[in-house]
Amino acid sequence: MKSLKAQGNILADAHEQLDILEHGVNHDDAFRLVPFQQKLEAIGLFPLKPVAIDVFQVNIGKMCNQVCRHCHVDAGPDRKEIMTRKTMYQCLEVLQKDVSFKTVDLTGGAPEMNPDFRWFVEEIRKLGKHIIVRCNLTIILANKKYHDLPLFFKQHAIEVVSSLPYFTRNRTDRQRGDGVFEDSIKALQMLNEVGYGKENSGLLLNLVYNPAGAFLPPSQANLEKEYKEALMKEYGISFNNLFAITNLPISRYLDYLLQSGNYEKYMEKLITAFNPSAAANVMCRNTLSVGWDGFMYDCDFNQMLDLKIDAPGKHIAAYQAADIKNRSIVLNQHCYGCTAGAGSSCGGAVTT
Amino acid sequence: MTNHYYDAADLGKFGSIGEYQKDLADKFFAWYGAAFADSALSAKEKSLIALAVAHAVQCPYCIDAYSSDAYEKGWNEAQMMEAVHIAAAIKGGAALVHGVQMMNKVKEIAM
Repeated sequence: MKSLKAQGNILADAHEQLDILEHGVNHDDAFRLVPFQQKLEAIGLFPLKPVAIDVFQVNIGKMCNQVCRHCHVDAGPDRKEIMTRKTMYQCLEVLQKDVSFKTVDLTGGAPEMNPDFRWFVEEIRKLGKHIIVRCNLTIILANKKYHDLPLFFKQHAIEVVSSLPYFTRNRTDRQRGDGVFEDSIKALQMLNEVGYGKENSGLLLNLVYNPAGAFLPPSQANLEKEYKEALMKEYGISFNNLFAITNLPISRYLDYLLQSGNYEKYMEKLITAFNPSAAANVMCRNTLSVGWDGFMYDCDFNQMLDLKIDAPGKHIAAYQAADIKNRSIVLNQHCYGCTAGAGSSCGGAVTT
Repeated sequence: MTNHYYDAADLGKFGSIGEYQKDLADKFFAWYGAAFADSALSAKEKSLIALAVAHAVQCPYCIDAYSSDAYEKGWNEAQMMEAVHIAAAIKGGAALVHGVQMMNKVKEIAM
């Protein structure tokens, strides 16, 4: 399977995606959704402003060894966009100056495929920041040069967050590709071997659940219990927390929704499940998201839709703390994905 | 009046059933919510029971709702179909067991 970009799919263009989200599939306004902004106005949350911004999320490249059917980044082996060391230096400069950032969340693609990944991690650690790496697990087994990643993660006290759409082979492989489940299990066992996910080790291993289809996640707490029981019983695997994340209707997941005829029903489901408490706690309020080319966004999803921050300087080289903290967050119809049900963020549900 | 009895869109309107009798609807939905909450049985287990019952009572709205709900809650296709077979077995058995009544009657009247 190729990325949307390599296929020449019109959805590789962010403007096309936004057009569908705002005007419906046929671009004829037949299917108009209540604007997300109106929902926020009704609960006194518009304009949406940041609260304490403490997470610096960096997408260091769209290259990935997997091609997952729901990927909002449209990542894959054919994607060559990668953050340069120059841009990494610009990020480090901001992290050094702005002490409000406590956590650096590294994502991709497979972030480990960036040739400067390890150097970047070491430099961030020197600044005393907590590091999260969004590891797709299979990268650990993809090539000999990645086999020592569990040890590298351990050496730098990295929090590992990994997608495992389900604790059964069928659902996982359907979403992420044949063989992904088996390799993911092996990689989790390798992480456990060095202490990840073990009680009192201090090495955090968190898993991510994404619905494999056009539906919302069930209760995160119940799901975590089931995952823990099943993975321990079947494979002897332990982990810390499970994050249940809602699929946002953009990029490859939007393509799936359209191809399967689920787009309208899914959007209606998201809107029906709009939760004001979740809206108050969305991740964009405490996160700054930086793209592979150094441009700044309110979240990873806005990044993929090319909705840059509403501030005078849009590139990390022009970072001004006051502008970032006082900006209004850029919203669109995909934002319904983060406010449905228990809410959704990179850390899972935002309400209990 | 529509010219058909079932419309998938009506499922989404179920919440408005209180329009003609709010108090009773409120009581129904409060009880319904409590019945489906995690308790002695998990919400996940209850969802599979609901799917089977939906087939037994042959309610298309309920089948629609609980096919989605059961799958969302993590039941797989084989498990869901087995639940449908249980509903069918009970329905089939329920019809067949009345055959004993028939046999009793025949034996009563036959020479």
